[in-house]
Amino acid sequence: MTVTEKDIRHVAKLAKLEIPDDEIKKFTEQMDKIIEMVEQLSELDTENVPVMTHGMETYSVMREDKAIPGTDREKLFENVKTEKDGLIKVPAIMDNSEGDA
Amino acid sequence: MSLLDHTLEELHTMLVNKETTAEKIMTAVYARISETEDKVGSFITLTEEEALFKAREMDEAGIDPENILSGLPIGIKDNIVTEGTLTTAASRMLEDFIPVYNATVTEKVTEAGMISVGKLNMDEFAMGGSTENSYFKLTRNPWDLSKVPGGSSGGSAAAVAAGQVPVSLGTDTGGSIREPAAFTGVVGMKPTYGRVSRFGLIAFGSSLDQIGPFTRNVKDNAIALNAISGHDPKDSMSYAKETPDFTKGITDGVKGMKIAVPKEYLEDGLQAGVKEAVLKAIETYKELGAIIETVSLPHSKYGIAAYYIISSSEASSNLQRFDGVRYGYRAKDVESLEELYVKTRTEGFGPEVKRRIMLGTFSLSSGFYDAHFKQAAKARTLIRQDFENVFKEYDLILGPTTTTTAYGIGEQVDDPIAMYLSDILTVPVNLAGVPAISIPCGFSEGMPVGLQLIGNHFDEQTIYRAAYAFEQATEFHKARPNL
Repeated sequence: MTVTEKDIRHVAKLAKLEIPDDEIKKFTEQMDKIIEMVEQLSELDTENVPVMTHGMETYSVMREDKAIPGTDREKLFENVKTEKDGLIKVPAIMDNSEGDA
Repeated sequence: MSLLDHTLEELHTMLVNKETTAEKIMTAVYARISETEDKVGSFITLTEEEALFKAREMDEAGIDPENILSGLPIGIKDNIVTEGTLTTAASRMLEDFIPVYNATVTEKVTEAGMISVGKLNMDEFAMGGSTENSYFKLTRNPWDLSKVPGGSSGGSAAAVAAGQVPVSLGTDTGGSIREPAAFTGVVGMKPTYGRVSRFGLIAFGSSLDQIGPFTRNVKDNAIALNAISGHDPKDSMSYAKETPDFTKGITDGVKGMKIAVPKEYLEDGLQAGVKEAVLKAIETYKELGAIIETVSLPHSKYGIAAYYIISSSEASSNLQRFDGVRYGYRAKDVESLEELYVKTRTEGFGPEVKRRIMLGTFSLSSGFYDAHFKQAAKARTLIRQDFENVFKEYDLILGPTTTTTAYGIGEQVDDPIAMYLSDILTVPVNLAGVPAISIPCGFSEGMPVGLQLIGNHFDEQTIYRAAYAFEQATEFHKARPNL
């Protein structure tokens, strides 16, 4: 066993996901097998091998420093569920007993 | 012969000569869809009224004789944004998402005069190889309705195989165009990373994702790739150099072409019928004058592990944006912002997407980053170098696209590892960033087998030339499922 239910709960918290109690056992087992499978990479000697983190050779992409119109603000709000005074309304960020969503 | 049995060039000639109209073609498309969609289930959204309106508009404005795609129908995978048309990525998270802009490829096919028929089913956020991970529906393989069409672009492949559309767009992060193309007996191309703009593609693994076309034959595919390729300032990884005409030299044949067959691609684990079809394809190429030699891609076996770490890490970062605030699904009855995030994501994502986010978060987390992500990124360098070494001496690499033909619906759905391992022949291509096509090369127990041709970076032309030569010498692409 590489990972425990405790590890899975910790990672779920980082990923902002909740694994229900009745699924945690199966989920941990599946994740354990997946992690065991990907960890076969440890047998590979990669000393002095550079990392490849992009799909092709990268370089800084520059463009002319000129203002161009972005997407219309009203349009961007078309998919927003709750709006107030031109802002997105969300539940309380901190609990100050004033939040309403 | 139905209108939909014609090639794109034939349809274009018929349109120019006024033997048919864009409206008639679109009507035939929808007639075929209403005949077959109950069985196949390729589409999440159909936009019939709008499509017929645009077709009539196109007829009135006149078909552009210089533009082969003018007035022709296309289906678009549902992770490519289409302004004003529901775009879900087959996720509950985006069940009501209407994009306010178009992807660059959507703009490009529209500029070419193509008319969208609708949005195609897929695995949720393109994660999966069977389209069973769609939140909305199953798509079935037109060759055997009890089998999967492959994935994640299962709808795009099935729609072309079922004759619903002559062209569709799919996306390929680890095989999601080539595997379903192989499973459904059509032509599917994953272009070189950087060839086609990813702007407006709902991101999965950003260093791997590419958009590409599905068609019934090779030349149609090259024509469709012509339409969607090219530099785009909105995608900083898009290739700045000029795009060649992919149909140029397509008829030149393979005489003297040096084709490498990696021994790792024909090893154990290959279904007997798949191996047989690929060995026969090798004989066909020899008869056509190609020089075939066995080579080694020694790091192939690490492809799956490296791919699942890298793609999941990138996905865990890309999918952070789905938080219930600006668009998409939002959980109800929450009291704090933190609860909104957690509940929205827990309810909005399906199980496979959660597994990938978890694996990615794990691989990037403190204490595991070096052993997981960094090691995978180094393995990726070795895999790319394997390809570079072969392309120093060879024009093309040939092998099977998949180890088996399409499997039964439900067979692998509870076994993520089995599902992951079936990508073994396709993921190295994405890791290296090279282009590859899958073309029909035979049947195994009645199900299509795909031949994978892999080219050097930005050398799609050689792939098309070799694929076309094979197609001309064989009849497999003419076979149609009995629907």
